[in-house]
Amino acid sequence: MRDADGAERALLAFLESNAEISNSEAFARDLGVDHELLAGTIKSLHGFGFIEAKDVRRESWELTEEGLVYSRNGSPEVQVFDAVPAGGISREDLQRKLDDSVFSIGFRKAMSNKWLETKPLVSRKVLKVEDVVKQQLLDIKDGKNLSAADIDALKKRKLIVPKVWKAYSITKGANYAPTRTKAATEVTREMLLKETWSEVAFKPYNFQALGQPTEGGHLHPLLKVRTKFRQIFLEMGFEEMPTNNFVESSFWNFDALFQPQQHPARDSHDTFFLKSPCKTQTFPEDYLERVKTIHEQGGFGSIGYMYDWKREEAEKNVLRTHTTAVSSRMLYKLAQDGFVPKRYFSIDRVFRNEAVDRTHLAEFHQIEGLICDKGLTLGDLIGVLNDFFSRLGMKKLRFKPAYNPYTEPSMEIFRQVYPLYGSSALLTLISCCNSYHEQLNKWVEVGNSGMFRPEMLLPMGLPDDVSVIAWGLSLERPTMILYGIDNIRDLFGHKVDLKLIKSNPICRLGM
Amino acid sequence: MPTVSVARELLHTMLGRVYTQEEFDELCFVIGIELDDVTTEKAIIRKEKHLQENEADEDEEVIYKIEVPANRYDLLCPEGICRQLRIFLRVEKMPTYRLSRLPDSSILKMIVKPETAVIRPFVVCAILRGITFDQARYASFIDLQDRLHQNICRKRTLVAIGTHDLDTLQGPFTYEALPPSEIKFIPLKQAQEFTAKELMEFYKSDLKLKKFLHIIEDSPVFPVIYDSNRTVLSLPPIINGAHSAISLNTKNVLIECTATDLTKAKIVLNTMVAMFSGYCDEKFEVEPVDVVDPVGRVTRYPDLSLRTMDVDLSYIKKSVGVPLQAGEIVDLLSKMQLTSKEIDGDKIQVSIPPTRSDILHPCDVMEDVAVAYGFNNIPKTRPKTSTEGRQQPLNEFSDLLRLELAMAGFSEVLNWVLVSKKENFTLLNRKDDDKIAAIVSNPRSSDFEVLRTSLLPGILKVMEHSKDVPRPVKVFEISDVVLLDPSKDVGAANSRHLAALYCSTTSGFEIIHGLLDRIMNVLNVPVDGYTVGPSNEPELFKGRQAKIFYKGSCVGSFGIIHPQVLKNFDIPDPCSYIEMEIERFL
Repeated sequence: MRDADGAERALLAFLESNAEISNSEAFARDLGVDHELLAGTIKSLHGFGFIEAKDVRRESWELTEEGLVYSRNGSPEVQVFDAVPAGGISREDLQRKLDDSVFSIGFRKAMSNKWLETKPLVSRKVLKVEDVVKQQLLDIKDGKNLSAADIDALKKRKLIVPKVWKAYSITKGANYAPTRTKAATEVTREMLLKETWSEVAFKPYNFQALGQPTEGGHLHPLLKVRTKFRQIFLEMGFEEMPTNNFVESSFWNFDALFQPQQHPARDSHDTFFLKSPCKTQTFPEDYLERVKTIHEQGGFGSIGYMYDWKREEAEKNVLRTHTTAVSSRMLYKLAQDGFVPKRYFSIDRVFRNEAVDRTHLAEFHQIEGLICDKGLTLGDLIGVLNDFFSRLGMKKLRFKPAYNPYTEPSMEIFRQVYPLYGSSALLTLISCCNSYHEQLNKWVEVGNSGMFRPEMLLPMGLPDDVSVIAWGLSLERPTMILYGIDNIRDLFGHKVDLKLIKSNPICRLGM
Repeated sequence: MPTVSVARELLHTMLGRVYTQEEFDELCFVIGIELDDVTTEKAIIRKEKHLQENEADEDEEVIYKIEVPANRYDLLCPEGICRQLRIFLRVEKMPTYRLSRLPDSSILKMIVKPETAVIRPFVVCAILRGITFDQARYASFIDLQDRLHQNICRKRTLVAIGTHDLDTLQGPFTYEALPPSEIKFIPLKQAQEFTAKELMEFYKSDLKLKKFLHIIEDSPVFPVIYDSNRTVLSLPPIINGAHSAISLNTKNVLIECTATDLTKAKIVLNTMVAMFSGYCDEKFEVEPVDVVDPVGRVTRYPDLSLRTMDVDLSYIKKSVGVPLQAGEIVDLLSKMQLTSKEIDGDKIQVSIPPTRSDILHPCDVMEDVAVAYGFNNIPKTRPKTSTEGRQQPLNEFSDLLRLELAMAGFSEVLNWVLVSKKENFTLLNRKDDDKIAAIVSNPRSSDFEVLRTSLLPGILKVMEHSKDVPRPVKVFEISDVVLLDPSKDVGAANSRHLAALYCSTTSGFEIIHGLLDRIMNVLNVPVDGYTVGPSNEPELFKGRQAKIFYKGSCVGSFGIIHPQVLKNFDIPDPCSYIEMEIERFL
């Protein structure tokens, strides 16, 4: 038995004095090596041009396990025939004499061959039978050719299966040499020093394989998208709000926004309340009084909600349900410091006491933008939303009337989903997240917007001709669409796949 | 948002033409309602019974499920949706709801007893005379009560509606509050008499009613309404009496709404009568009831009067951003059920019908003008507001550090602020001393009990889920933790932390130590500007941990994670870890 090196040497030596090896399998047999092993050597030599190898391919037949058994023991029909004594035998007795499978296959076959009859004892109808099937199986084993009809019959009985036989015919290649030296894979310092690099044969590089993974760290995909949104806001002249306060009082989260105390969003089903620190006791008291009045009795042209407003409700601490809680603090501060026009934005976490599923988490990131100025119009809101969303690659928007306790008018922002020729992933994938909008060419909601109600702004002390236009959307949803993630827990939280963090593209929203 | 089912056939009949689904979708979009689903009655039943879809018949009546805004209670039934659409499309004029003219003496009375003040102080009533029900109207009448109960009534806590066949009763009525054992009647859908006390026990197993029991359960007295023969009309907010139950054949309906919030009770009553007075012999006419309060003051309900609101035309034009004429504005408002007229001084006077309780301020009128004009017809403009972009220094600083950590070979993770108490304390060998962590009072699951006080539990959970990731694993997070802080108005404050973990077959303490040096290097803190000293943190391994001191105070620590902690998080390989506050380097 030779090893691969020995086989290689023998093969190259053979070609030195012979023009061709017509069948590598026969050559391997003569050499006493496994053909698989020789095939590896052939491929390698062919790759370097030492030899020219051509595929020789033939379909041959191979016995199945069942076929193999019959080739030894005879076909079941003959076994059955042989088991029937001259005087006949009851079917039950015959069955007892034989294997179950031999009997069931063989009996049926022998009957249909009209070798046997039942009257009612099973008895021979012909004197002698020949085991053709066994002979055919033996022939196949010996590599003899059978007629197409015979092959077909055996194939149907699942006694033979096709086997692709593959070998090579070999001639000298362009780079033929009686021996070869091992090719180099790397240029080494030694080659440079000794200047041997020009004499060394280099192994061809396999461009089909992947290169070596890079080292180094990776940024989280959700935060890459956050970076993009921050850039868009900054480019549009927006100033970031300080949102690093997850614990908030109901007052700033709800009451200041003119959200009535019985509003369903203030239910324990929707909002996380805190056991510790359970309440806030310091408020700007004069402002709190104005908020109480606007809820209870109205004012500034409003009739209010006409209910008993309770300070205890406003004191209850919550995990903020929206970053608008920060906006309300910022606008209040702006009114105290003296109004100047502002564009504000924030992207940070908000919390909802909701059941966690593929699209909902107890915490997620809210993107919020607002402009505070005198004389802002709905047309301005529509205009700024078009500017903002077109930077994300969404050129055409449509607006639907909606309801929100602290904005009036309130507009849901919709964009059209086009078929796959769109330029960004957002265009093509946005439909995945909304079951009703499975079809493309649909209008899909991408955010909410509106003008803050005067009942929110005027008690803060802002001048009465100041309006605030604002909009919001979640960070997770566009990120999931961009990176083709359909379960939010795969993106945000500890169940993230580290492979996902290591292998996701740069965020090219709108590029 | 609430959803209302409307038969497609009915819609087409009411709107006077057949709409394709796309056309109807578009109409909904413009007016701010949403065609949420298209189904059939039988499909809904099949879904409830979990039956196969393939049993559908061709000729099933198609039902549109329509989502309506949460503040438009007048759109909570097919009658209201059709009326709004018809008025919007100018098929119908705004109806005028009115009270029937009766001599004071013939007006039925509801006398309120003082005891009700402690449990459910308010009641308002109205009568629909000569109403004609059919199957669909009757079903809608019941559905509207359910939807109102779910929405504005806040699951009957604020308001509960009772409807009665007036012909089975004898006024005047009394609204009382009595000890439960003294109230005895046959409730709706039952054959035998119960005391209110027994009923509370009985309904504990009733899937629909058990969730309302808590509203009165603990009160020594229960609210109850009687007629002059001491027949019980209802035990609000739980159940009506069987005696006065309405049916398809009922001609005269008494509606009573008991409440803890009078404003909402009035809105609910107005909604009920406005929606169904259209089926009365005298269309849109409602018979009033006098409610006599405990001090003898009489108030007549329902109050169907129009509210008026004067609105500046310039305010509307300036806010919408379209130079509309007064006439155009009046015309647009009429599509939204608001009648208005131009008055002196560049104003219009808007009359608000009892169905539009959502109109609180001129901004609500302005919105209706914008909706009727069409949001998508408003020309876009650019705000002239001139400002400059600016980042929060802490966020800008964090982002720079995030880049440095990634360049140092660590990959970023992002974990939840909410964790379980066990993860934040016990599994880290720590005890909750009630002095550092903010605690949630109503978490849906124990996963969200407490706000993390360090980034460690999240990062260890990442490692727990990354057993198959080839070692070494290097991860980091820069995010906020929350700590109790009495100096803040809310009693807690965020603190921005930096954390990084190295995990391999060996602990790699020196790698994390090297990372600390690198962090200090990029923070421009010289080697002699910080020191490390011995520490004894329970989550870290003894003798292989240290505190980090900067300008005399401790800013964090680093070390090998304690083997017990690794075991607690089911992490098979050793880990080294660093966590530090970063705000003081800002």
